[in-house]
Amino acid sequence: MEATLLRTPLYARHVALGARLVPFAGYEMPVQYEGVIPEHKAVRTDAGAFDVSHMGEIHVDGPTAQAFLQSMLSNDIDRLSDGEAQYTLLTTDAGGIVDDLIAYRIAHGQFYLVVNASNRAAVYAWLQEREPRGCEVRDASDDYGLVAVQGPRALERLGLQDAPSFTHAMGELDGIEVMVARTGYTGEQGVELCCAEDDTEALWDAILARGVTPCGLGARDTLRLEVCFPLHGNDITPETDAISAGLGWACALDTEFTGVETLRRIKAEGPVRKLVPFVMEERAVPRQGMPIEGGGEVTSGTHSPMLDLGIGMGYVPTASAAPDSQLVIDVRGKPRRARVVKKPIYRKET
Amino acid sequence: MPAVESYPDDLHYHPEHDWARVDGDDATLGVTWFAQDSLGELVHYEAPEAGSTVSKDESYGEVESVKAVSDIIAPLSGEVLEVNQKVVDGPETVNDDPYGEGWLIRIRMSDTAELDALMDAAAYRAHVAEQ
Repeated sequence: MEATLLRTPLYARHVALGARLVPFAGYEMPVQYEGVIPEHKAVRTDAGAFDVSHMGEIHVDGPTAQAFLQSMLSNDIDRLSDGEAQYTLLTTDAGGIVDDLIAYRIAHGQFYLVVNASNRAAVYAWLQEREPRGCEVRDASDDYGLVAVQGPRALERLGLQDAPSFTHAMGELDGIEVMVARTGYTGEQGVELCCAEDDTEALWDAILARGVTPCGLGARDTLRLEVCFPLHGNDITPETDAISAGLGWACALDTEFTGVETLRRIKAEGPVRKLVPFVMEERAVPRQGMPIEGGGEVTSGTHSPMLDLGIGMGYVPTASAAPDSQLVIDVRGKPRRARVVKKPIYRKET
Repeated sequence: MPAVESYPDDLHYHPEHDWARVDGDDATLGVTWFAQDSLGELVHYEAPEAGSTVSKDESYGEVESVKAVSDIIAPLSGEVLEVNQKVVDGPETVNDDPYGEGWLIRIRMSDTAELDALMDAAAYRAHVAEQ
């Protein structure tokens, strides 16, 4: 089995750092170095670096690229100017979610999509099958390394100027050419740095030399869940729709894209169930797949390092979805009380 | 601070990475350094109730890290005399001191002959080396 796993350009670095490696989306990835909790706290208080080179990068270029993406993606890509990015969804006819991704507009007629590693093949195939004349879809995932640097001191440690969220520009870090994107998956200020694959080790070394803590997928999951960013495959899938998942803000329902009629109808009628964040009111750790009494299911669950509580997200009937609604979660046969909260679950004290 | 790897010579070991420290008819139970290191920082201890019984080779509770949950296997049978409330309140105590402050339960043994089936530290070290 292990022989079939792929490795990112940073594999040797992870081994040298003593990372615990696990299979993830077909890659052998670091789940933690020193420990999930210290890594999580490093990102909340200082800065942490994540190897996200396993993620997919797809270029969509040509005179018809923008119109094509507008018809495929839920958000309004026409609103992007050069150097801007947006969170968006690739949707099915039934309004389901093939993947959630970030679309970057490089220049007129040139777009770059960063997609989940586990959906890279599906997204590429989906777009390529529907590719119109005048547009080329190209999977460039193996050409690039991608490192996220996140935390309140991330920009300061990297010596980068601040820039608005969801913008990007070419830049340089210690002599290495990078695309600097002001995006991330932790709820903290930070950047995602894309470089040529051959430069990935040098980029990683430069980042760590600046005092940034290496962080694994374990902390990436606890960080994103504390701020209620959905994880595709858990919280959103081809069988769930954006409105029920609370992602209506990423759907421009006044534009035409795959499945928009279904989404308009769900929005008009109101979803039958909703994805809600919750915190445990008893000591217990909710996990994906646990039933919620009254007809619901936990889609993501963990222990929040910042709140020191069990937290999660799950689908519940709309009647139980308002903040402060009481939930009972079946934790391996034991009923445990939880409470629906507002997003995000964790908010930094200011 | 996480503890450094050790397997004290005065303990009896179960292959599922649990230890027992015997004192007359009573035994204190916990999980080994290897177990806590495999799980990572513990965040929850689902403990049995005092007065309940535990059976050798069967689960008597659960410990959870951020990423995983694991049954705790009883190395010996008996009645639960005491649960370590310090670990209920602060599960990371197990990571810091698995053989001391991080003990899990104290039992009154129902069959001291069960001790014969457990490993000594040397045998357990060899068992861990094969993992």
